[in-house]
Amino acid sequence: MNRFAELLDRLVLTPSRNGKLTLLTDYFRATEDPDRGLALAAITGDLSIAAVKPAMLRMLISERMDPVLFGYSYDYVGDLAETVSLVWPDPPRALEDNHTPTLADVVSALQTASRSDGPSIVANLLDRADISARYAILKLVTGGLRIGVSARLAKQAVADLGPVDVTEIEELWHGLKPPYGELFAWLEGKAERPEKTAKALFRPVMLSNPVGDGDLEKLDPANYAAEWKWDGIRVQAVCEGGMRRLYSRTGDDVSPAFPDLAASMDFEGVLDGELLVGDPQRETGTFSDLQQRLNRKAVSAKIQARYPVFVRCYDLLQEGEEDLRSLPFAERRMRLESFVAQLDLARFDLSPLVPFADWQALEDMRRNPPHPVIEGVMLKACNSPYLAGRPKGPWFKWKRDPFTVDAVLMYAQRGHGKRSSFYSDYTFGVWSGPEGAGELVPVGKAYFGFTDEELRQIDKFVRDNTVERFGPVRSVRADRSHGLVLEVAFEGLNRSTRHKSGVAMRFPRISRLRWDKPPHEADRIETLQALLD
Amino acid sequence: MRARDLLHPRPEGLYCPPGDFYIDPIRPVDRALITHGHSDHARAGHGSVLATAETLDIMGLRYGSDFAGTTQAAKLGERLAIGDVGVTFHPAGHVLGSAQIAVEQNGTCIVASGDYKRHPDPTCAAFVPIQCDVFITEATFGLPVFKHPSDREEIARLLKSVEQFPQRAHLVGAYALGKAQRVIRLLRDAGYDRTIFIHGALAKLCDYYESQGVALGTLEPATVETGTKGDFAGEIIVGPPAAFADRWARRFPDPVACFASGWMRIRQRARQRGVELPLIISDHSDWDELTETITGTGASEVWVTHGREEALVRWCELNGIAARPLHLVGYEDEGD
Ligand SMILES: [Zn+2]
Ligand SMILES: [Zn+2]
Repeated sequence: MNRFAELLDRLVLTPSRNGKLTLLTDYFRATEDPDRGLALAAITGDLSIAAVKPAMLRMLISERMDPVLFGYSYDYVGDLAETVSLVWPDPPRALEDNHTPTLADVVSALQTASRSDGPSIVANLLDRADISARYAILKLVTGGLRIGVSARLAKQAVADLGPVDVTEIEELWHGLKPPYGELFAWLEGKAERPEKTAKALFRPVMLSNPVGDGDLEKLDPANYAAEWKWDGIRVQAVCEGGMRRLYSRTGDDVSPAFPDLAASMDFEGVLDGELLVGDPQRETGTFSDLQQRLNRKAVSAKIQARYPVFVRCYDLLQEGEEDLRSLPFAERRMRLESFVAQLDLARFDLSPLVPFADWQALEDMRRNPPHPVIEGVMLKACNSPYLAGRPKGPWFKWKRDPFTVDAVLMYAQRGHGKRSSFYSDYTFGVWSGPEGAGELVPVGKAYFGFTDEELRQIDKFVRDNTVERFGPVRSVRADRSHGLVLEVAFEGLNRSTRHKSGVAMRFPRISRLRWDKPPHEADRIETLQALLD
Repeated sequence: MRARDLLHPRPEGLYCPPGDFYIDPIRPVDRALITHGHSDHARAGHGSVLATAETLDIMGLRYGSDFAGTTQAAKLGERLAIGDVGVTFHPAGHVLGSAQIAVEQNGTCIVASGDYKRHPDPTCAAFVPIQCDVFITEATFGLPVFKHPSDREEIARLLKSVEQFPQRAHLVGAYALGKAQRVIRLLRDAGYDRTIFIHGALAKLCDYYESQGVALGTLEPATVETGTKGDFAGEIIVGPPAAFADRWARRFPDPVACFASGWMRIRQRARQRGVELPLIISDHSDWDELTETITGTGASEVWVTHGREEALVRWCELNGIAARPLHLVGYEDEGD
């Protein structure tokens, strides 16, 4: 338990992806089964233990300490699980060394707990643990590790043990169960690769590279097919022997969020496509609409009716028993066309090919797409098989140019790791209110897009123009005549009720520093609002 | 006599009328008794200063040799008479030279403990509990949530991280007086014998500790004038915490920000400061040390100074000890 607790503590404070991977991989290497597999399941969200309510924790602690002292403590710390972990009476020294429960002890005790003996089981575990183990136990039982590690990153760390490609882990994942003993044994060379026995497993997806300068000149347009790149969520729809699964492109099973779509998935095969909102026959909804369907555990009938989802199909990876991935794109495409023709018209349609004579013609179409939910074009080599990962060459994405807005720097926050001595996270705003007497309203945050030299320049500007400090954050001077204008590029805009401005940018980054531009010439909120419609 | 006639707070600091002296005054006074060298307790400009020899040396290093009109070194455990008030300095275990000051007259004894800790510290003399009527305690970490772990375990976590991230420099924030030397000494005790790089602000005090018999091993200034950034990969650099938010920190390759402080017990504190590896090492008492010490002095009354007074006052009430906060101004969240 102590190792797992230490891992959680370090992960939550480690900003860099590589740092997190090192911590995770070292942990998986140094920890025995089944603890490491249970830890993996806890991080990927695949561990089910009955949740404990905050009221129960309060009750347990009130039996053990003065409520006034607990009140002072909780006020100061601010997090219930952390406070309880700190003030819980320590075990006698002699007990501490030998009796700290393992993660497996904790999980099995919690899994067998009933409603009535739950409190005493939790108390018993806490009695045997030290502070940091108590914190980990409490985070497990209150159901929120929140350590900034995605399931994908955890799988990458597991893959690094081999090393094998992460797509191999993703492909196996849904056929495996915690504590994943056979997976670790394979990665450590002690056993064969686990068999893919389960039905409807995820197939690692094929990804594209952006078109770079000069890439196209080397390619013959005749060897490539073009398709629109739709602004939705890339998904994989799998039906096999009665099992139906909808996966995200990283292999997360998202089926429960889309029961309406799953109901129409009556085919045998594996489709690759874009999840969109609307009716494919009549209209395709925006990403904002799609967001109404994302990150929800349960979807009401009302939401399903108002924001119906469908899949615009790009590729066919399997038809019946036959794996098509080794066939060339052109052949898969023909199979796809006849396959989709048999599906529910309200839930599936075909992503049309875009005929083009030469790169210039395609460029013109890319710049003026026929539909607002198109974010560019995809180029696919006609002779390429479907390959896992992001191979260089067969697939390119050629995005519509990003939107840009001139905004004014309002707040800067110190970065992490390499950047901890720099003000590197910027909040910027645009003008709102009456012309000439308006105020800045924050519209987004960005922490990349600039060069190291530009970072130094902005950092100096922040230090020289600080108005107020709040911990690691500084507000900087930003009025009509004085301030730093940033050209911010972004991919799209969503409505937001959480932000005062009512908008939330997608993928914002700093594209240029406009030292030349006076702040009063920066954009107004109306410019952004116009993009919403 | 009433205890408050022997010592009571004034704007300048804690005042003893029968002896006409102040303890750790924050403004210049004629006669000052100083518990230890941290700058919020030891200030320059007093007429005369009575303190341990080490504290006097440290004040000299910080403020220059003319920091007071006259100085007198107090020997630990030796009773001095100031007028008809008896004054004795006893070790406080906080930093090198730190002392508690026992003040007595007509059978009433008050101990002003300054800052203190009970956790063993290889760089200074251990705290000695003194029987008294009134015990004046600090409360920097006066909440039940503060429990300092073993400092050896914290150092082991640092060394493990150094091993895990050989490409990166570990920057350890530690206060210049006491904490820095303790961290370095603990690293040596853990068998770490590589050069430790230090920020310029630590040099004089490290030399001084060395001269007082606290061996710190090979220390070198953390400068890059001669080398390249990669030079510090895999190394440990110790500096004052404030320097890490500074441009100074940019010379190190992909640094791991560490901070040695009792505050690091609280995750939100670590997060706010951008600390990647919190090291819970404190020169102050944690909750258990505070309450055990209060019990150990046998004091029937406790006065609580800088920190979180209300929780400790509450604990005293629950345990049948008279207690009140002593509102002294000017002592900072020393942060260590
Ligand atoms: Zn101090
Ligand atoms: Zn202090």
